[in-house]
Amino acid sequence: MLTGLFPHLRKATVALGLLAVLLLLFTLTLADSAWHTGQTHHAANRALVRELGLTDLSLFTEARYTRHPSQTDRHTAFQDHPAALEHFPTGSLMLPPQLKFAP
Amino acid sequence: MRTYFARQHYLIDYALAALLRRKTRNLGLLLVYILLVFLFASVLLLSQGLRREAAILLQDAPEITVQRLVAGRHDLLPIQDLEILRRIRGVGEVRGRLWGYYYDPVAKANYTVMAAPERNLANDRMLIGAALAGVRQLGVGDVLSLRAADGTPALFKVAEILTSTSELLSADLMLVSEAAFRTLFQLPPDRYTDATLTVRNPREANLIAQKISLALPSSRPLLRSEILRTYHAVFDWREGLTFLCLAPLLLAFLVLAWDKAAGLSPEEKREIGILKAMGWETGDILRMKLWESALLSLTAFLVGYLLAWWQVFHNGGRLFAPVLRGWSVLYPDFRLTAAVGLDQILVLLAVTTLPYMIATLIPGWRASITDPDAAMRG
Amino acid sequence: MIELHAVSKIFNQGLPNECRALREVSVRLAGGGTTVFKGPSGSGKTTLLALVGCLARPTSGRITLNGQLLSNLPERFLTEIRRHTFGFVFQQFNLIRGLTVLENVMLPAYPLGRPHPELKKAAGALLERFDLGGKVLNKVEWLSGGEAQRVALARALINDPAVIIADEPTANLDSALSCEVLALLAELATQGRTVLISSHDPLVLEAAFINRVIELRDGRILDASPEGESYAA
Repeated sequence: MLTGLFPHLRKATVALGLLAVLLLLFTLTLADSAWHTGQTHHAANRALVRELGLTDLSLFTEARYTRHPSQTDRHTAFQDHPAALEHFPTGSLMLPPQLKFAP
Repeated sequence: MRTYFARQHYLIDYALAALLRRKTRNLGLLLVYILLVFLFASVLLLSQGLRREAAILLQDAPEITVQRLVAGRHDLLPIQDLEILRRIRGVGEVRGRLWGYYYDPVAKANYTVMAAPERNLANDRMLIGAALAGVRQLGVGDVLSLRAADGTPALFKVAEILTSTSELLSADLMLVSEAAFRTLFQLPPDRYTDATLTVRNPREANLIAQKISLALPSSRPLLRSEILRTYHAVFDWREGLTFLCLAPLLLAFLVLAWDKAAGLSPEEKREIGILKAMGWETGDILRMKLWESALLSLTAFLVGYLLAWWQVFHNGGRLFAPVLRGWSVLYPDFRLTAAVGLDQILVLLAVTTLPYMIATLIPGWRASITDPDAAMRG
Repeated sequence: MIELHAVSKIFNQGLPNECRALREVSVRLAGGGTTVFKGPSGSGKTTLLALVGCLARPTSGRITLNGQLLSNLPERFLTEIRRHTFGFVFQQFNLIRGLTVLENVMLPAYPLGRPHPELKKAAGALLERFDLGGKVLNKVEWLSGGEAQRVALARALINDPAVIIADEPTANLDSALSCEVLALLAELATQGRTVLISSHDPLVLEAAFINRVIELRDGRILDASPEGESYAA
């Protein structure tokens, strides 16, 4: 199709050209990543964390122990019953924190 | 040098013609390949992105958090313990924190309620996170009716919605005054949820944590490094659900490669015989086969990766929202900072393209060392 | 000059379907001139040509080219020689489907890395000579038998080889086209190239430009008229 538009171009040249375009976009993503590393919108976030003393992300809001995984231990999930099975999907995404000073 | 590039250019010409000869099949293969790379890259980028985001956002988490445990369960911290903590050498500032969960039967969701003493809120005012506002359709000035622990209604007016901060931190937050918190949950005035403290010398954190567990035997000190490590491990692609997502995809790549390694069609074998009869060396044929597979797999890699990158960093990772969301009602709408490590890309490249390219060489090599006459007879 | 010394070729050796295509064939082919290998199908003509053109290795015996031993050369050197010395025209033409006429002709020169415009021009010129100038961009699947063969011939000539080998060139053609092909081969012979043909077509055997006829039967040479003498019907 493209060789119809440019009859003097060899197929290989077109293909290599397309690959070059893709590679360029790829390099742009790396540049984007490098550029974003120094962003300042995090300043407001850091202020909030310091003010409130936040310890967890509000990502897994299903259950209490998934909401604050860093504050839990292996037993928090079993608060209701010693043999209570894990029944929240996001609970299976995490391990409880490995604590040094757990009593 | 020029002949070298000219020769590669010719080989690519031929490889392309070979690919285009079976247009529908190779197009289908390319699409499947792109899809696989897209899924694999998405999982990888999302988990690494979240990991990095967590590390950045929580870098100011309290240096030491102290919880009180009774019979293995989280209990309230008495105000006297705060004094004991203040007296430990090396401890800077000690603050009692008040936070808990409020279950809202209307939304069927848990809100994280925190006392925010520095905001100087009136007892009937609250600051809420964006997801909370969304779920209960609240704007500034709207009133939310909650039920205190003793059954009495507690009304709160929305003073502000937390939009200037990342929803990853504040999506389900409800910030109230200390007095309002104690009224809502009927907490006695001499109890706190837990304590957070700063240390004068960060390198002594471990030592101070030890002192704390000696001074307060029923307490559990939690270090900032442990918080960060928890989140580091949550999104580690080698563990848990992330790996379970990646494993079948990896298998799919190997299946693709296996199909290629299984052998060439009689038509392809005959063609290689003809090429050899024309004077192509084994090396030329192998290079041509390599170009054939490289063109396909590199295109699939680049397109799949670019799509994944766009999806994760510029489209909010909506594809994986159901997995991360689970059964939760409140889910943060977040934009991850674009963060890609070279090692991730290399792993991705290796997994997606190398097996495929190596697999094409095996039957290609076998066919190219046959005598042309035998190859052409089939 | 090509020499064969007691060359044998056995296919599927040791297996139940073992086939002795050539048995202890010895012959000397002088440089220049046209030689026809005559014989019924199964007599080993095609195998002999394949061995001479370095497309296969003999099971036993030696083949030399201008004194240099060919049969035990490593593959790399054999390909190099094959490229510059021999141009093969197959009975089935063996053109690559899906490629155009021009691309097929340029194919043998790809590994040499000649500049593209130059190669294109050379291939175009060859096709012009064979009256195919108007069909350079056609796909080879759409060519008639005669056209396909001329493309195969042009392809065999792209690297300017010293020897042209044609296996049953008139097998799929009618008389008129056969005469055309023979005329082209005669022209190549006058250019000083060695032409080796295998055929059992009387039209070929009676062509005027043939210098020598070698008859084969059951993998053995029956009657080789001495070199230099032309075979008279």
